[in-house]
Amino acid sequence: MDATKKINPVLELKSLHKSFGDNHVLKDFNLKLFEGENLVVMGKSGSGKSVMIKCLVGLIQPDSGSITIKNHDITSIGHSELDLLRTEIGFLFQGSALYDSMTVRENLEFPLRRQTHKIQDFESKEILVKEALENVGLAHTLDLMPAELSGGMQRRVALARALILKPKIIIYDEPTTGLDPITAKEIIALMRNIQKKYHTSSLIITHDVDCARVISNRMILLVDGTNYAEGTFEELSNAKDPKIQAFFKN
Amino acid sequence: MPKPTSIKSRSQSFFIEIGDLTLFAGQFFKEAFSLPFEFKELVRQCYNVGNRSLLLVGVTGFILGLVFTLQSRPTLMEFGAESWMPSMVGISIVREIGPVIIALICAGRVGSGIGAELGSMRVTEQIDAMEVSGNNPFKYLVVTRILATTLMLPLLIITGDVIALLGSAIIENLKGNVSFVLYFNQVFDALKYSDIIPATIKSIFFGFAIGLVGCYKGYNCSKGTVGVGEASNSAVVYTSMLLFVIDFIAVFVSDIFFEI
Repeated sequence: MDATKKINPVLELKSLHKSFGDNHVLKDFNLKLFEGENLVVMGKSGSGKSVMIKCLVGLIQPDSGSITIKNHDITSIGHSELDLLRTEIGFLFQGSALYDSMTVRENLEFPLRRQTHKIQDFESKEILVKEALENVGLAHTLDLMPAELSGGMQRRVALARALILKPKIIIYDEPTTGLDPITAKEIIALMRNIQKKYHTSSLIITHDVDCARVISNRMILLVDGTNYAEGTFEELSNAKDPKIQAFFKN
Repeated sequence: MPKPTSIKSRSQSFFIEIGDLTLFAGQFFKEAFSLPFEFKELVRQCYNVGNRSLLLVGVTGFILGLVFTLQSRPTLMEFGAESWMPSMVGISIVREIGPVIIALICAGRVGSGIGAELGSMRVTEQIDAMEVSGNNPFKYLVVTRILATTLMLPLLIITGDVIALLGSAIIENLKGNVSFVLYFNQVFDALKYSDIIPATIKSIFFGFAIGLVGCYKGYNCSKGTVGVGEASNSAVVYTSMLLFVIDFIAVFVSDIFFEI
């Protein structure tokens, strides 16, 4: 974690609470992501990981607590300011979430539509699209529809779309879920290359222990909506606590 | 036998649904009149709604005019009133039957399509993806679709009415030796502005209702793929009911302003 600058976090969650009726999903959850860091959050299904990242990008409003991204508390800013801040965050969805009525090119151009301050002309838009696709090794798929791509290719195109605005923070929601082991390794390698190339900070939600081992600088275990344990992969995988051990079995 | 609690909870959820639909319509008006406008997507949606429904509307209209004339002829002949056929068919189709039947056809064709499309976008997180990319999915997906149905439905209904009258004219020509010129002269002589204007205004509201309910059901879809089916199905059911309510109100209002 040498590259990590542990001074000011680029993203911070403080005392996050979220419940749906009587179901308390997040209970006093805290998280700090530092510049250049790869932070992995692991947790069982239903432990609140997806709710946490949806709160993080403003798709769900938390009941209480603060979410600070680059010194802006997103729970207290307006919609237009939030939209501007969202351009600093790349989000890779679990199911890729490519727009299936659009070609790969249109999918990649979509996040650029309202970013006139970043994109001046058509030529620069074209360059950005090609660069993003070359980063994931799929420059030849420009005019294909998402349905014509394999699951792994869709995930890579989704990664290219997340990268198109050159965000400083990338959030990965279970990036290797549903992929075969070889494609999963390719995706992990891509994530590492991107982190090296653009010096991004990454928050990775995963169940995949191999992915966590390869990519994480630091890990948080989310159990029943709280930070149950925190440390490096080695520290956590060698811990004696049976709840922690349960994550690393097999 | 349904329990009283289930009737209570059903009526509660019905009124909650009405409230949510009203809020959804309010958000549409707020977003429709604020910048930026999605003109390119609006044109694409107008093409989808208009052009792709044209064949269905044409066939339905043609058969409607044909069957209506065939079945009315014997009764009018009994009273020696077959010369009234063009006027009767013209007024009935333009004022009531054309708009209602074509709107119901479009509710099935367009409303369910919108419900299913937006529903599947919701469950596959495509709408969330639009939002986190700093775009406004409501403006891009919902506003454009509601505007497209509102703009296109009156045109589809006018087209359907004309084709229905053509179907009727063919039967009159074959069975009653009435020329096309005479038939359409009689139709246009019988039609007044008080027949055409309320029907056109009504069809704008029909289009708005089809787009609104389809978008509302799809945009708020949940429960995975089952939810997509439910969104598509309930879009048609709710829209059909709403169309009759609008028609009922429109007839009353027309009666006040145009004394039909």
